[in-house]
Amino acid sequence: MHDKTVAQLGAGLRNGEFSSVELTRAFLERIEKHDKTLNSFITVTPELALEQASAADARIKANEATPLTGIPFAHKDIFCTQGIRTSCGSKMLDNFISPYDATVVSQLKSAGIVTLGKTNMDEFAMGSSNETSYYGTVKNPWDTNAVPGGSSGGSAAAVAARLTPVASGTDTGGSIRQPAALCGITGLKPTYGRVSRYGMIAFASSLDQGGPMTRTAEDAAIVLNAMAGFDERDSTSIDKPVPDYSAHLNDSLEGLKIGLPKEYFDEGLDSAVGDAIDASIKEYQKLGAEIVEISLPNTHLAVPTYYVVAPAECSTNLSRFDGVRYGHRCDSPKNLEDLYKRSRGEGFGDEVKRRIMMGTYALSSGYYDAYYLKAQKIRRLISDDFRKAFEKIDLIAGPTAPSVAFNIGEKNEDPVSMYLSDIYTIAANLAGLPAISIPAGFVTDRPVGLQLIGNYFEEARLLGAAHQYQQVTDWHNHHPEGF
Amino acid sequence: MEWEVVIGLEIHAQLATKSKIFSGAATAYGTAPNTQACAVDLGMPGVLPVLNKEAVRMAVKFGTAIDAHIAPRSVFARKNYFYPDLPKGYQISQFELPIVGAGHLDIELEDGSSKRIGVTRAHLEEDAGKSLHEDFHGLTGVDLNRAGTPLLEIVSEPDMRSAKEAVAYMKKIHSLVRYLEICDGNMQEGSFRCDANISMRPKGQKEFGTRAEIKNLNSFRFVERAINIEIERQIDILEEGGTVNQETRLYDSAKNETRSMRSKEEAFDYRYFPDPDLLPVELTSEDIEEIRKTLPELPHQKKERFTNSFGLTAYDAGVLTSSRELADFFENVVISSGNESKLAANWVTGDFMAALNKAGIEITKSPVSAEHLGGMIQRIADNTISGKIAKQVFEAIWNGEGDADTIIEKKGLKQITDSSAIEAIIDEIIANNPAQTEQYRSGKDKLFGFFVGQTMKATQGKANPAQVNSLLKKKLNK
Amino acid sequence: MSLQQSDIEKVAHLARLGIDPADMPEHIKNLSSILDLVDQMNAVDTESVMPMAHPVDTAQRLRPDEVTETDQREQFQAIAPQVEAGLYLVPKVME
Repeated sequence: MHDKTVAQLGAGLRNGEFSSVELTRAFLERIEKHDKTLNSFITVTPELALEQASAADARIKANEATPLTGIPFAHKDIFCTQGIRTSCGSKMLDNFISPYDATVVSQLKSAGIVTLGKTNMDEFAMGSSNETSYYGTVKNPWDTNAVPGGSSGGSAAAVAARLTPVASGTDTGGSIRQPAALCGITGLKPTYGRVSRYGMIAFASSLDQGGPMTRTAEDAAIVLNAMAGFDERDSTSIDKPVPDYSAHLNDSLEGLKIGLPKEYFDEGLDSAVGDAIDASIKEYQKLGAEIVEISLPNTHLAVPTYYVVAPAECSTNLSRFDGVRYGHRCDSPKNLEDLYKRSRGEGFGDEVKRRIMMGTYALSSGYYDAYYLKAQKIRRLISDDFRKAFEKIDLIAGPTAPSVAFNIGEKNEDPVSMYLSDIYTIAANLAGLPAISIPAGFVTDRPVGLQLIGNYFEEARLLGAAHQYQQVTDWHNHHPEGF
Repeated sequence: MEWEVVIGLEIHAQLATKSKIFSGAATAYGTAPNTQACAVDLGMPGVLPVLNKEAVRMAVKFGTAIDAHIAPRSVFARKNYFYPDLPKGYQISQFELPIVGAGHLDIELEDGSSKRIGVTRAHLEEDAGKSLHEDFHGLTGVDLNRAGTPLLEIVSEPDMRSAKEAVAYMKKIHSLVRYLEICDGNMQEGSFRCDANISMRPKGQKEFGTRAEIKNLNSFRFVERAINIEIERQIDILEEGGTVNQETRLYDSAKNETRSMRSKEEAFDYRYFPDPDLLPVELTSEDIEEIRKTLPELPHQKKERFTNSFGLTAYDAGVLTSSRELADFFENVVISSGNESKLAANWVTGDFMAALNKAGIEITKSPVSAEHLGGMIQRIADNTISGKIAKQVFEAIWNGEGDADTIIEKKGLKQITDSSAIEAIIDEIIANNPAQTEQYRSGKDKLFGFFVGQTMKATQGKANPAQVNSLLKKKLNK
Repeated sequence: MSLQQSDIEKVAHLARLGIDPADMPEHIKNLSSILDLVDQMNAVDTESVMPMAHPVDTAQRLRPDEVTETDQREQFQAIAPQVEAGLYLVPKVME
């Protein structure tokens, strides 16, 4: 049962092959059995899950089911879930029981999903390896010496290990796509503004976007149908009708123009990963797509720009964690300044502190123009590169990450080397474009991800292209040994 | 040395919206602590701001009323600092691109001339909560009900040269925002408050001196006193050869002194940057025009109309248009009086306002309605009662005894205008006072008043004074 | 670009972050190397480029002025570190 996709499980539930309660029990048992090894969950909610599962069974019986009714689901612990601890991977929020549901959470709830729990993540989504979590490192199910990627590493590992058929993730600079690639699953970052950010604890507000992490593109389409949509509580949410993402999965790729940015295939790319990507491009050619070489000349500036914009925004987004209204508060503060400094000093980990300091520096008087304003200008250049590219092509393809999963601890010493693991994913966030990572092979038994980037609001086209590929390849069906 | 003061004001006006600027929580004053602070106001993790349309409309209304440039595109920015009454650790404000640009208004000076004061800008921002310093075991309590209330910060040019000018400007803005119905102007509740920037320079010098900022002045009287005391303080420093520190000071009304608020040398670095949770506010010229059309008649326009069409003096017109409520009341009195505008102006600015002041009652709570006052004035105009008797009638109306006609009727206050009746009374008085009559007739004119008094006394003040005068003259001069 | 300890102390204070003195050398090293990365931006001339604050090129949507939120103080304060009489308590604020 646990090896089935969301689409298959939905059909099974509606056909009465199994109940949601049975399904939920099966996944809870798998979590119980395997998560000691993986550490992919921060909080498991068995009681809530079984309660929601029996409600879902009643709904299915009453013929009122949506494609997600009764499907077990895990939320990245960045989404506020009412009555459930929402830690954001931080000691700061270890005691934070959210008083409200994120819009995404309530949308999925009303679609009838069953909440298995909250998945592990890099602290406040800052990291590319899940090693910055207060709750410990998550192991990659393909090789437990390897990182699962980050920041949605818990979600990626849990889906890959079949501890949940689907999980939510968020992506600020690659945090859905990079762990999806490193764990061999499908992860979609929608267009900025497509999925509500309300209740998704902010890292960098102009970059953050929630999305589905699933085994297949078909599943991602089903989940995105329930996640996407306008939210009047989010000023940056776009009031644009949501198409049925499942409707165009089988559209032919004949004549589709796919651009390969030459900057994505230079010396920074691991050659074996490059070979896997080349092979997948050949599949697209077989499917009728036309391959065009393009240039995104400012690609090399994406990481530097991102490491100004994201820290600047996060430095002020995280000011609300001050030990006054919720979250960690230091013991017996001497005065107000002591309350702030110790609560925050104790509550945040090193990477979070680093980014807050970097962002504070970039916004501080005398440096604003040289850093923040400069980065905003380069952000425009990077975005313009894409705009020009999409005048000639329909999709961009390339690697999701420059290498397969690295070993735990390998990049801990040097934050910059860690930052460079997001070199191919960050630009889509800066521009606000939708992008997906899908399994595209293995190098030394670790998964490779193929990234497709689409034009604004062309999630349907991305999902179609990913689905077609998954019809002719079976990388997405590989199953990590032992799980 | 002769010194000149340079003053600029930053006025904070709470906008009279029902809900907060970025959340759907209520803005009512005086509710139990933190019961009007929703998840957004509390800065819960994950929450987001959405801008209140009415706040934008009110800001534009203000801008058009002072002939200001309205920005077609304005941007919200985060002003970052840590304080317990600021839940997010930043205040959402406007920095580089405020919604209202440069404008101006005219104030009247004591010598009757007027002076133009420039408004640099006015921007939208959220108010902070309140720290309560009552003792909670040595701790401070924080109430976030006020957090997120919309504020319009109105920044003036450093155009004022005395505390009186500053107060005149502040009163003008106060009257304007109430005319526009964008702020209730309640200074006790903090709906309207100001910070004053004050510096001194030798008279004739062009450059400004170093300024001190006095925070949170919440009455006109305090503004005047705080500025004057600060002027003295700065002059004392300068004359002793010292320098004024650029700092924030607090006015202590009990001690009538200003004192430094933050002794920390720490330079503030607010790290303003565009709030990524909000998009630029865009207004088309049609949007702005539409709002401009909703402007009521403004104080200066009303004043002009009152002098032109009611024939009032500039002074009376100024007093009567100082608040929209008073002007409306006056106009209703004029209507009910049958257009006796001058008499109405005398009564409203005279006895009526004196009675309100004495009782400490706001005009909106006046026990005398405009209709009743107008009705009474009509009876003065048509000679039913004299001006003197009117004072009695007014008092009775104030005490709730009914309208003028009812009171006149009930108390028999109707003026005696029947010449033969008055003549009969006069004849009797002359007959009863032969000595005085003799003296008057032999040239002691002053005694005329005696006869008037006697006549009025005999008629209990109801005789028409003009008739009494002419009849007395006729009879006595015989 | 190489940062000094005083730079770190200044930003840590602005951000109200308590930094363990023992961690200081590590922070100096790491933040300096991040700044080196970021300084790659300087190679580009951006004189005539419009800054981009946001991926969405639309205007702010305005909310009708309606009260939609009800009192949830009890629920919100259930997760607060220290409250009394409906107030959040903090160490004494000096004016």
